[in-house]
Amino acid sequence: MTAAPTLERPLAQRAPRRTPRWQLRLSAWLPVLTTSAILLAMFITGQAVFGNFFTSRLISSLFLDNAYLIVLAVGMTYVILTGGIDLSVGAVVAFSGIFGAQLLQTGWPAFIVIPAIVVSGSLIGALIGVLVQVFEIQPFIASLAAMFLARGLAYVVSLQSIAITDPAVTWLERTRFQLGGGWFVTPTVIIAVLTVAVSVWVLQYTRFGRSVYAIGGNEQSARLMGLQVARTRIAVYVISGTCAGIAGLIFAAYTGSGYSLTGLGMELDAIAAVVIGGTILTGGSGYVIGSLFGVMVYGLIEISITYIGVDSWWTKIVVGGLLLVFVVLQRLLVARRKR
Amino acid sequence: MFADEPVVQMQGVSVDFGGVRALDSVSFRMFPGEIHSLIGENGAGKSTLIKALTGVQSISAGTIRVRGEQTAFTSPADAQRLGIQTVYQEMDLLPNLSVAENIMLGRERHGRFGINWKLMEADAERALDELGLDLDPRSALGTHSLAEQQLVAIARALAARAKILILDEPTSSLDQNEVSELFRVLHSLRESGVAVLFISHFLDQVYEVSDRLTILRDGRSVGEFLTSDILRIDVVSRMTGTRTRGLPSPLVADGGAELSAGAARPFFRAHHVGVNGAIAPFDLQVGEGEVIGIAGLLGSGRSELVRLLSGVERSDSGEIEIDEKRVRLRSPASALSQGVAYSSDNRAVEGIIGDFSIAENILLALQAERGWLRRLPKQHRDELVQSYMTALDIRPADPEALVKTLSGGNQQKVLLARWLALAPRLLVLDEPTRGIDMATKAEIQRLIAELAANGMSVIFISAEFRELVGLSDRIGVMRDGRLEVVLENDDLSEDRLLAIIAYGSQAGAGDDAESDER
Amino acid sequence: MRTLTRHRLFWPIAALVALVVINTLSRPSFLSVTVNDGELYGSLIDILRNSAPLMLVGIGMTLVIATRGIDLSVGAIIAISGAVALSYIANSGSPESLVTVATGIGLGIGVSLVLGLWNGFLVSVIGIQPIIATLVLMLAGRGIAMLITQGQITTITSGPYDFIASGYVFGLPVPFYISVVAVVAAALLVRRTAFGVLLEAVGINPAASRLAGIKSRGIIWIVYGFSGLLAGAAGIIYSSNISAADANNAGLNVEVDAILAVVIGGTSLAGGKFMLSGTVIGVLIIQTLTATVTFLGVPPAVTPLFKAIVVIVVCLLQSPKVRQLLTKRRKPTPRAERTETVKVSAAA
Repeated sequence: MTAAPTLERPLAQRAPRRTPRWQLRLSAWLPVLTTSAILLAMFITGQAVFGNFFTSRLISSLFLDNAYLIVLAVGMTYVILTGGIDLSVGAVVAFSGIFGAQLLQTGWPAFIVIPAIVVSGSLIGALIGVLVQVFEIQPFIASLAAMFLARGLAYVVSLQSIAITDPAVTWLERTRFQLGGGWFVTPTVIIAVLTVAVSVWVLQYTRFGRSVYAIGGNEQSARLMGLQVARTRIAVYVISGTCAGIAGLIFAAYTGSGYSLTGLGMELDAIAAVVIGGTILTGGSGYVIGSLFGVMVYGLIEISITYIGVDSWWTKIVVGGLLLVFVVLQRLLVARRKR
Repeated sequence: MFADEPVVQMQGVSVDFGGVRALDSVSFRMFPGEIHSLIGENGAGKSTLIKALTGVQSISAGTIRVRGEQTAFTSPADAQRLGIQTVYQEMDLLPNLSVAENIMLGRERHGRFGINWKLMEADAERALDELGLDLDPRSALGTHSLAEQQLVAIARALAARAKILILDEPTSSLDQNEVSELFRVLHSLRESGVAVLFISHFLDQVYEVSDRLTILRDGRSVGEFLTSDILRIDVVSRMTGTRTRGLPSPLVADGGAELSAGAARPFFRAHHVGVNGAIAPFDLQVGEGEVIGIAGLLGSGRSELVRLLSGVERSDSGEIEIDEKRVRLRSPASALSQGVAYSSDNRAVEGIIGDFSIAENILLALQAERGWLRRLPKQHRDELVQSYMTALDIRPADPEALVKTLSGGNQQKVLLARWLALAPRLLVLDEPTRGIDMATKAEIQRLIAELAANGMSVIFISAEFRELVGLSDRIGVMRDGRLEVVLENDDLSEDRLLAIIAYGSQAGAGDDAESDER
Repeated sequence: MRTLTRHRLFWPIAALVALVVINTLSRPSFLSVTVNDGELYGSLIDILRNSAPLMLVGIGMTLVIATRGIDLSVGAIIAISGAVALSYIANSGSPESLVTVATGIGLGIGVSLVLGLWNGFLVSVIGIQPIIATLVLMLAGRGIAMLITQGQITTITSGPYDFIASGYVFGLPVPFYISVVAVVAAALLVRRTAFGVLLEAVGINPAASRLAGIKSRGIIWIVYGFSGLLAGAAGIIYSSNISAADANNAGLNVEVDAILAVVIGGTSLAGGKFMLSGTVIGVLIIQTLTATVTFLGVPPAVTPLFKAIVVIVVCLLQSPKVRQLLTKRRKPTPRAERTETVKVSAAA
């Protein structure tokens, strides 16, 4: 199960080095593999029980329906990898959405409004980052304050839902690029997938990305290694806020409106997806791909529950149960690693 | 040893932590192409000196010149820029990342698409090869043994092409082969002109590897010597300050000596208690009213030994009997319920509850033993606190004063009061007199003697031989994780202890009878 | 010590007074209390009455936070407690019977206690971070409440049950008495027994507490159980107030308000010393703030903005950096200080 045992090998002796990389990092990938196994099992079971389940159409709409959550989970992954948490994202989705809707309604052009939606998220993220890094306020509380702030600002913009009719925004959602065989993607899905792809690269192939992992592993060590701890930590919250802004855009396009009451508890869904995707909440270990799988599992649970025909609240119970299983598993893994 | 110009020159450097002077006007120098050992006991200022030199801690007085440049480091990065690389004792690495990253992070290789892992891993492998270390650079650091992790930390410093390499206790988790491999590398580094600062508690290693040594004691430098010029026994005596410090006279020994070890009934027995790879299985018997001193240098396993006896750490082997009944000391709570109380040497982290008052701190263990439902009656509490505060002369005399505002000596008294309130049969004290003023120290020594005279048994660790010889009925000597010997303390000389610590039990074998445990 | 306490409670009390003054200045009727049928009415009485659920939850949260923990599940427990009690009463066929109502309440609170103990189990035995351990129930809890009510908003008409939220005894509303009972019970628990001292010791210094022989596991377990129990009682009051169990909205965001009340009351989120009295004032401040917003005719939507400002200001005031700037005593670099605390155990 674990990586190649090298513990008691005499120093001089040279063993042939042919262990494939995946095997070396198996323990790190194990949670992600578990999640993908669960995902696969759900597809197979669904197909066996309902027939007509593992289809291009269902998978395409799975992505479509959860595009916003994918983006949120990606942003949350950065934060959790450093050992932090961002509770503000649900409120930021609501705020950026209604803020954009209001701007559009007042007649602002889409090419200004769309960046504005995203940047509004970044700014709130930056606020959290400064509170956490400079003023040493716990991430939980700092992001809680930001959550109130974003929600309050959303209410201030409008309590009513504002419909979005701007062609550029609706285009994001309505356009379906048919890929043949019933597969299709929308621009929102492309945005979500791009977010994942860019984040995979950032986290794996840049010093910034490795610093994120380093801070989650041990902040003190990261500092002693000469990494930019302060800058990285602030950036992580800015990224999370930006992702929440993008998710706000996608969600507004998806629902065709901005509404200040949307996104209640959405941060919990994102956190749950990240944890189910195998990222450890104390930081330092996890993968963006895992978070993508986590969202897929989440979406599939929702779909399955409609398929089974039981009431929708089972989704929450099942997700909660799955979260519990994963947290306990992680706890056991960490305990074993410490030995 | 070809350059006359020191690569590091610290002059009159002082460091203060909130009123406490951790380093007092210390001068220190290193030359290129030498291995320089820094030695000293707990609290002597070794870590502080390293922190000052590496920019982790800012200094309050003095100057530091590195490679001819006067420096005022404000961060570890500054020091690294001048070629200072440090391998810390507590291994500041990242177990969640790969070996290659731990070696290369901060200097990682970039290609067109960001980090080039292949190049980076190749560089890391080269650094590992220099150390003769066969690890897959792609594997996660956390999957390797502590010894290998320690070597990876050294590989990191090597890969940075350090001019000045600081190794803080690099050998504590290494086995013999690994140590010689490390020394081979250090020698080759010396040849290439690197200045190596080597910190170790193992005198053997200091003598094996270093050219020069500086001894610190109580935040001051007590001399710089060529290793070949000074005898081990002189090193130990300078480290421990045997000749210069201590009480006016061994006034306290009389009280404790009345109940000699032979007469006392042993009620506490440890059989073959040990921890794999750390503490060799040992036997120890404690008689009622007996005072056992534990001698040994820092890192000798002296703290681990007493923690095993008091339920703080669990042993891998052996058993403990109290009154001929086998007991399991699973936790401090279970040890306390068996009448064994332990007081840590780390007062701030494992002793006081800083935000609590003196009274609350004194009553804490007693209350914990009674359980939260049975609160001590107020009058009882007040009387108890008052009697201990008077008996131990705790200052300020206000029971409501917060303990974190007290001096070290008074904090120690508060802790002693906490354990005494439980009326334990065996009181285990890890360096009860370290870091406190002379007067308080004398009081605590007198107290130990009185307690023993009244039938309480005491095991205490001390770095001061005078204190050990003055107070103990028997003295156990720890060396390299072994309880070398337990000696009857009749006319035991400090020199004899010095000799055992410096050279092992064979060295001092002779007139003094060894006790039956070993 | 005494001056310190005064200092720590000074600002919360000042804020509360300021809020009352603002309200009174803008509308003098704020302070007026009218007597009607021997029962007291008025804005102040409303605040006392409406603050009851938050008061209960806040007290539980204070103790949890003192152990360095946090309980996010209280809102979900409120929903479950109401759902259990009302489902039982609605299905019993005799909703007016005192026995039925008492059994329903007992069931609701009993289930809540079990859920609290479950949180305690995850935290103290399994060793999961409190934030995550309680997140599980926070997520799943509303689903469970829905399951109990079958997705409906269960409503009942039961005189005895309504009495809990809207009844009067000796001229004062019943929820007020419930708050008082809870505060007094908690105060007795922590200050009359040694529970509070051991709890604080564990929160301030877990390592030293262990060496002093404190068995923290049991203490943590009790604290989460107590928090669950109080949240259950809050759920009863809440459901009685609307005569319905609303699994979606009952206790929504109450965990956030409770944490806020604790922090405003001067208990540090880092654990350790706690102040029940501070939490009581914190709860009253939040409730008065909400009342102020409605009373002044400010759109209620702005409440979160107010809260955001309050949280940020309070946290900034607690932040070591700002304190340093404000006091400006010495000039030790914060970085050095922090590394020192980290390394102190290994310092030689």
